[in-house]
This record gives sequence, structure tokens and C-alpha cells, in this order.
Amino acid sequence: MDAGTSGLLFSGSDWDFATLSRAHDAIEKIATEELGLDVYPVQMEVISSEQMLDAYSSIGMPLMYRHWSFGKHFLYQELLYRKAGRGLAYELVINSNPCIVYLMEENTMPLQALVTAHAAFGHNHFFKNNYLFRQWTDAGSILSYLDFAKSYITRCEERHGLAAVEEILDAAHALMEQGVFRYRRPPKLSSEKQREGIRERLEYEERSYNDLWRTIPKSKSGEPAGEAESKIAERKRSLHLPEENLLYFLEKNSLILEPWQREIIRIVRIVAQYFYPQRQTQVMNEGCATFVHYTIMNTLFDRGQISEGAMLEILRSHSNVVFQPAFDDQRYSGINPYALGLDLMQDIQRICTEPTAEDRDWFPDIAGNGDWRETMLDAWANHRDESFIRQYLSPRLIRKWRLFTLNDAANEAHYQVASIHNERGYEKIRSALADSYDVGTSRSDIQVVDLDLLGDRHLRLQHKVRDGIVLEEESRDATLRHVRKLWGYDVSLQGVDAETGASVYECSTRQIEE
Amino acid sequence: MPIFIDRRLNPKDKSLGNRQRFLRRAREELKHSIRDQIRTGKISDVDAEHAVSMPAKGTSEPRFDDAKDSGRRQHVLPGNKHFAPGDRIAKPSQGGGIGSRPGKRVSEDDFRFVLSREEVLDLFFEDLELPDMVKLNLKEIVAFKPRRAGFTVTGSATNINVGRTMRHSHGRRIALKRPKRRDVEAVQQELAALEEAPPNAATHQRIAELREELERLERRRRLIAFVDPIDIRFNRFDPQPVPNANAVMFCLMDVSGSMGEREKDLAKRFFVLLHLFLKRRYDRTEIVFIRHTHEAQEVDEETFFYSTQSGGTIVSTALEEMRRVIDERYPSSEWNIYAAQASDGDNSVTDSERCISLLDNEIMRLCQYFAYVEIIDERESHIFGSTDNGTSLWQAYSTVDDNWPNFQMTRIAKAADIYPVFRRLFTKQPTPQKSG
Repeated sequence: MDAGTSGLLFSGSDWDFATLSRAHDAIEKIATEELGLDVYPVQMEVISSEQMLDAYSSIGMPLMYRHWSFGKHFLYQELLYRKAGRGLAYELVINSNPCIVYLMEENTMPLQALVTAHAAFGHNHFFKNNYLFRQWTDAGSILSYLDFAKSYITRCEERHGLAAVEEILDAAHALMEQGVFRYRRPPKLSSEKQREGIRERLEYEERSYNDLWRTIPKSKSGEPAGEAESKIAERKRSLHLPEENLLYFLEKNSLILEPWQREIIRIVRIVAQYFYPQRQTQVMNEGCATFVHYTIMNTLFDRGQISEGAMLEILRSHSNVVFQPAFDDQRYSGINPYALGLDLMQDIQRICTEPTAEDRDWFPDIAGNGDWRETMLDAWANHRDESFIRQYLSPRLIRKWRLFTLNDAANEAHYQVASIHNERGYEKIRSALADSYDVGTSRSDIQVVDLDLLGDRHLRLQHKVRDGIVLEEESRDATLRHVRKLWGYDVSLQGVDAETGASVYECSTRQIEE
Repeated sequence: MPIFIDRRLNPKDKSLGNRQRFLRRAREELKHSIRDQIRTGKISDVDAEHAVSMPAKGTSEPRFDDAKDSGRRQHVLPGNKHFAPGDRIAKPSQGGGIGSRPGKRVSEDDFRFVLSREEVLDLFFEDLELPDMVKLNLKEIVAFKPRRAGFTVTGSATNINVGRTMRHSHGRRIALKRPKRRDVEAVQQELAALEEAPPNAATHQRIAELREELERLERRRRLIAFVDPIDIRFNRFDPQPVPNANAVMFCLMDVSGSMGEREKDLAKRFFVLLHLFLKRRYDRTEIVFIRHTHEAQEVDEETFFYSTQSGGTIVSTALEEMRRVIDERYPSSEWNIYAAQASDGDNSVTDSERCISLLDNEIMRLCQYFAYVEIIDERESHIFGSTDNGTSLWQAYSTVDDNWPNFQMTRIAKAADIYPVFRRLFTKQPTPQKSG
């Protein structure tokens, strides 16, 4: 290979580890020195397509406990891959320290370079610097935690049987969306040592369990204890309810769960929490990564380090990724986060360097400041999709995308166009688009509001119904059955209109037959 | 420089455990769909991959989901061409269209996937109550037997081929001119003779020469080993598929009106099981379908299972037809003949006599194995249980059963009863039957 003499990083489409490493170093130089990215150390793993499918089906994690639903997802992904000819992602990146990037062996060298810039630097920087990831996830310990989770669940399966473990996992998975803390910071993952300690204690309790203890008469203070307990319950209620994190509530307060069952719920809850920031920053995360790879690849090409042929291939993949069909197109399936993200980033770059009068009007603090790198790094660090769009979606971009909003009322036969890309519409479109990325409003708000520990232990959940959007009944009832399984006693769900407070619907596990 | 890890050679079936859990969960439904496929498909197709649709029960993943047809929403869409605020757009009639992302979950609960051959057989075996050994036997693909296949330079000590090794050693010794023991002894003798004789100058010199010669010879013998590692040859063994001969399987069935859907279904599973067994043991298996009422004819599989025919029941016609086919196409010197007969036991008394003589005198001599199942009602199974009295055909065959060890018969009311009739087939360790 004459790459050394011609200045090209690689030629042809074959790759080997030396070439990968050379490309990585060149990309790293641009990423850190010129774009000012700050990343976790990178660990690149080359995998086959089958392994990529494996990773897909276990929600993208390299280690995961076993559950039938992952098997089902695998079959589905495999079908899409084999039959429908849908390509697999070129890469998969894991928010961990070191940052793990999967490269598919089938990728050509230009693609591997693209993927390196995209995942190993774009996503990696975002994971390390965005405030949501910094505050809510623990990149350093997630892999060891998953390792613990996997072996813990395997041990539970050996000890308590597949069916018992599956029952708990099924129920916990059904509540995964309601299993995150949205407003307060989740406690840090306990270190391995602590977890070991907890396990040892449980094992000790099991070993030293003696049925005879049960037969020892209760102390005389049995009766007053009830009263004391009721006071404790009162206090608990005043302290902890309403509780938005159903899994957390059930883990801590359910009266029927064994310690190992609580631990499994905890595992599911922690996995859900780990992915929560990713759901809130899809557009930004992909936008950041796409912007980074696009900028770096162009820089390399300008410097003659990538050949024209390779650049053509890179651009082809790039434009496939950022393709956005219009709403009336057959291929339309929602707004492409890659396309929207990249456009937002490039728009910021433009506003910083060549602002128009309109931009000066809309973005007085950044327009024409000339330093798009700093502006962008700041945006990446301190926003999530919703606030980012609210802050940076410019009228020009709304015009470019020809965005418009539709009002959709379920009881009407028509949609109504509310705003389009004109003076009056910009603000409204911007806030409507931002709202649609607000996970807080897009997922149903269901909380524990009341329970009667002394009476029939009936657990009451409340669903704040916004804009009259109720729950799909069949899955609602099935999910409630799962809640009942974890709680052990009757559970009821009341839909309450978020604004008026009027009751919209009510259902209880008493009415739903098993 | 980043850390690179090549994971391509890692074990691939990481999600196998998940798949097994999934199949176990959907087991009942998958079993039904496999059973349906077996019912409608060909006997020989059982032993292959099958595509099944996603089971509906037990595989849904419920969660609190918004109802699509409620409330007020606002959608933001790209690509406005001519709309102005206030315009109304008719909603698309059903599914998809504006604003609704194609629900991934909808399609994820509704697709077909392929079960491997092992998984299909597992499901098929489930209520046949086969012993594990038998299941294993049926699932194994080909039997291999080590066969001599030349020689090799590596191997275990037990496989050393002495003759070959010594021949190599001999050739090498000749080529390298290793001194023979004879030559060494000759020198030694001469030396001894000279040493005994009175010494003089000539002998003195001769002795010195001989000593030198002797030392040279012995050094050379030490240098050139008698058997060098390079000479050693081992017997090489090649796993070769056991040469299986041909087998033909006769399926005989009464198709008169008294055989209903249930009876035919049980009969089919009985035939499938025998066919699976034969396929394991023989290179080539053929199936001959003979159906009978008061007359018998050879038919194809489709007709055999699905068309009905009216008429009385004369079992001997089927046996005669079978004998005719054997005479015509399957000489017993070249074919292993297996027969499986299913019936509800109806037969005229006089004909049963004829069946006994046909079997005793001709057919049982030709057959490796003759299995008879009588399909009875579940209620009848309580009455008949293990008693010997029963239909006329049952009584007639009981006498054949006494005379021939390779004749097996049983009454079945449910799938689990099928296996006992084959018990002898499966318990006997398979010895390959050579043709001729």
C-alpha cells in the first residue's frame, strides 16, 4: 500500500487493523485539536453481522440477562435483515467508559472511517459531556453492573426456576416506562463491593433461617405495634407519595416480594434509567455525531487524506442516513433525527458565521459571534432535544423544511392545518416541535397516589390525562395485571383530567378477570 | 491509538438462550401449528425446517400505551407544499398516513419465522412420550463409523502400524548405510582372534586399525537410530457414514367410513414416526401407500390421507396388494421392508383367517418389521385396556403376534400410545442392514 507516500490514509475498500488505527489517529487529531471534542477512551470491537443482530435484540448492550422477549426481537430483526433486505446499522456505540464502538466486519474501509468519526468521537463526546448523561448515568460502572445483573438473574433462574424469574421480569418490563426518576436524580449505582455485601447478607439470612423462630410467641407489644405501624404508614405516605417511579415504589414497598424479586425489579429499573437520557436526546445525539463525521470527513478530504472514490462512498452513505422524505411521501415515517439534528447543527454554524438580519433578531446572543465551535460545544453540553429545539430552531430552517402543524382531534373527520412556515407560525411550530420531543409529555404520566396499608392494601394509581388522550384498554388491563402481580393486592387506576381534575375513567384489577 | 478487539470469532449463538426461552413460552401454540403442518403436509416433510407464524398468546409485551383514537394532538410535519392555516385535510381511512408513524409493535407481533429441524422434531415428539434415548437417536443425522484410510505420520500410540514403520526404518537404514550387527561382530571376532594370538608388529597395527574401525562402526550405529521418529506411521481412520441400504415402508390403512378425522390424524403420526426411524437408518427410504376398503389399491399420499371411499372392509386385500407390490418392485433381497398398518379393527371374520395365513406364510418372511395399530375411542380404551378380546382383526393378529417376534401390535386412543408399538424397533441397537 502506498498510502504513506501519497498522504492517503487508505486506498481501496479492504481494511485491516493497522489501517483502522491510522484512520482513527488522523480523525482523533482533527476531533480533539480542531473541534475541541472531549471523549472517553475508545475501545473498538469488530463483530460479524450475526453478532450485530444479537446486540440489537438485547437492546444494544454487549451483556444482557436472558429473557424471552429478546429472543422475539431477535427473530424480528433477523427477519427484517434476511427477508426485507434492511441493512443493519454500521455501528453501535455504548455509553460506557471506555466507550465501546462496534464495527461491522462487512463495512468497507471508507465506512469504517465514517463510523469511527461518527461513533467514537461524535457520540462519545456527547455521552461524556451532555448534562443528562453526566448526571443520570454512570458510564464507568454500567458494564460491570450489567455483568452483575446477568449473573444474578442466572443464579435466580437456577435457584427459583425459569418460570418464577420470567414472571417477575415480564411484570417489570411492562412497567419499564414508568420505572424512571424523571425529576430527581437517581441514586448512584452501588459499587461492586456493596452489591457483594448485600448478596452475602441475603445468603447469610437464608442459611441461618430457622423455622423455629416462627413459633416463638410474639412480644406483648403486638397490639400497639399495629398502631405504630399505621403511624409509620401515614408518615411514609406523607413523605413518598405521590411516587412517579412505579418500579421503585413496588421494589421498596411491595409486601409480597422476596428479596431476590426486589433485586430483579431493581435491575430492570436501573436499565430503564440508564436509557432514559438517550430517549431525551435522540436528535441532538445523532445531530452531534452526524455533524462531527461530516465535518471531519470533509476536512480529511480537503487535506488529501481521503481519495475521491472513498469520499464518494462516504457521501453516499451520509446522504442515505440524512434522507428526509416529505410527509406525503410513501417512505415517510416521522422526522429523521439524523436529518433534523444535522440541519440544526449546521444552522448554528451558519448563524455564528454568516448571520442574516433575521438571525440577529432571533438569536442576538450567538448571531455573528464567529465562534461556532464553542457555541456548539456549549449547546451539546447543556441541552436536551426539547430545550435545544426551543432554543435553536431558526425561521430559516422552518422554511427550509417547510414545517407545518396539524391539529388532530380524535372525534373529527379532518385534520386542521394550524400553523405553517410564516411569521405568525414560526414560534408556534417551534414550540410544537419542541413539545413533541418532550418525553415528559409524550409518555403517559402514571403515579402511585394512595394505598391503604391497614385495610385491604388496595393500591391506587392515577393517570393524568392530558388533552383527552386515554390509554389503550387491552394493554392497560394487561399491564395492570402485572402491577397486581408485583403488588400482591388489588390495584386500581384512575384517569384524571390534567387540567380540570375531573375523573375520566376508572378501572381496577377487581373488574379485570385474570 | 484505540484498543481494538476482534470479536468475530466469539461464540455466535449468544441469543440462543433467549430463543429457547421464547420458544418455551410459545410452546403450546407452536405445537399446534406444527401439528397442523404435519397433518396437512407430507410424511417426509416432517424432518425439516418449518416456518411458523408468531404465536399470539403469551408473547405480547403490554405497557401503558396511548390509545390512538382518543384526545387531541398536534403533529409537526415536514414538506408543506400548498397548505395555509385553517385548511382541512381528510383523515386517511385506516392505518398509516399523516402523522402516524408506522407502529413497529404492530408488525413485530405478526410475522413468520423459521424453526429448525431439531425444534420441529422436539415439538413433534412432545406428546408421543418417546424415551430420551430414542429422541436422540431420531435427531442424529447420520451414523459414522471409523474406517481404515491409509497411513498418517501423526496419531496416538495405539494406532502405530508396526509393519509400515519397520519398512520405513529398514529403508532408511540401508540408505544411510547403518553398519549391520554382522559387520560389527565380524570386526569384533577378528579383533579377539588377533588379541589372543602372540603379538608382533603386524598384528599390533592391525589391532589398532580394527579398534578404530570398531569405534567408527559403533558411533555410526549410535548416530543412526534403528527406529527414528521419522519412520513411524500410524493407521489413519476416516469417519465414514455407515453404509445404509434401502428401505421401503408400506403404509396400510383402512379408509372406510368408520375412519374419521381423528383416526386418520393418529394414523398419520404413527406413520410419521416410523418414517423418521427409517430415515435415520437407511440411505434411501421409499413409502408405499396402500389404502383399502373391500378392495385395496396403491395411491399417492394426498389420496391416502384425504380422499374417502365407501365400501366394506376386507383387510386381506391390502395385504395382497402389498405382496404384489413387493413382488413387482421391492425384492426382499435388496430392500428392507417395513410395514405399518392402521385400522379401526373392523373386518369380516372369515377374512381375518385369510389375513393370518397371508401373514404367516408370506409377508412376515419378507418383512423386517410389521407394526399394527388399532385406533380406538378413548372410551373404549377403558374397556379393552389390556385384555385380549377385541375386534376380529385384533384377535386374528394376536395369533400372528405370538408366532413372529418382528410383529408388533397395540391399541391406541391418543398420541402417547403410539410409541409402545415401536418400542422394540428403538430399543434394539441399530445394526446396519446390508443389502444382499
